[in-house]
Amino acid sequence: MTLSALAAAPRYTAPLGLMDALQVTILVLVAAGATGVVLVRDPVRQAIALSVYGVLLAILFLAFQAPDVTLSELTVGAVVLPLLLVLTLAKVRRREE
Amino acid sequence: MTPAVRRWVFLAGMAGLAAFYLWGLTGLPGFGNYPGPYGDIINRIAVAQTKATGVVSAVNFEYRGFDTLGEEFILFTAAIGTATVLRRLRGERERAARDEAMDRNVPPVSDAVRMVSLLLVGPTLLVGWYLASHAQTSPSGGFQGGVVLATSFILIYLAGEFLVFRRIGPVDVTDAVGAVGAGGFAALGVSAVAMGLPYLSNFLPLGSTPGAVSSSGTIALISFFVGIEVAAAFVLIVSELLDQTLFVRRESR
Repeated sequence: MTLSALAAAPRYTAPLGLMDALQVTILVLVAAGATGVVLVRDPVRQAIALSVYGVLLAILFLAFQAPDVTLSELTVGAVVLPLLLVLTLAKVRRREE
Repeated sequence: MTPAVRRWVFLAGMAGLAAFYLWGLTGLPGFGNYPGPYGDIINRIAVAQTKATGVVSAVNFEYRGFDTLGEEFILFTAAIGTATVLRRLRGERERAARDEAMDRNVPPVSDAVRMVSLLLVGPTLLVGWYLASHAQTSPSGGFQGGVVLATSFILIYLAGEFLVFRRIGPVDVTDAVGAVGAGGFAALGVSAVAMGLPYLSNFLPLGSTPGAVSSSGTIALISFFVGIEVAAAFVLIVSELLDQTLFVRRESR
């Protein structure tokens, strides 16, 4: 088959309805989560909020059919990044005392 | 510039940005509407061509393997940079941080947290290993497997066993494992060149069954190398930061 023939062949489309509702819901939740992270002013609480936001983003990627990105986001966004922030804050606070 | 003038400059700039942004939005393809041909082409030919049913891995480690090599070295460089910035300088010595803030109330790790963390270490290690070694058959890959592997080491720290964490992840070992991972990826590419093929060509036998663990040639190997490199890089970064937090460095004299 030539490349143009391959590109012209019919492609799989997901059924509408439930998936759309899930995608809209999680998009709204992610927007709310991101706003929440910005509104939290205490850095330690912000790191925890960021972790929750990481889980929301992971669900978003899952709802948009990217399970591989979900796995990365779940560990990096929800665990490693907040941990690095909390460790850095612990170091900085100790210097301030 | 007075505040009033500054506000007008800002509003003019904002209006311009908003106009261009909205104009750009009207030109976007519809939601979920994929216009390009390449994704559809890859979806149809990837499994037959690479014998990998994890098509995302086939794209990452085969069709655009060179990009992935660059990405891997970004993480590698970041980890080395962290280790370099936080290294112990001449004239610095380590001492326990506790000396500095004796009155600070450090809550002990609760039994529940310790229990759950220790119970999760083994399963997490297994899942990470599975993800890193099954890129060719499932939507996973070296990066995902690597970060999950690193998480299993971090769980040991979370369980309150910092000294164990430090013993199994010393900087020299994580450095070496990371270098083997990053170097192995690059060396696979050079091996293809040595055989007279383009850099990072898939020179290993692909196997006949798509979806078999032994199929897909170099895709599985590259994913494995990426996995150990990513795991080592994350453990290195976290343990460097832990060292900074738990062992304060002070100038001697």
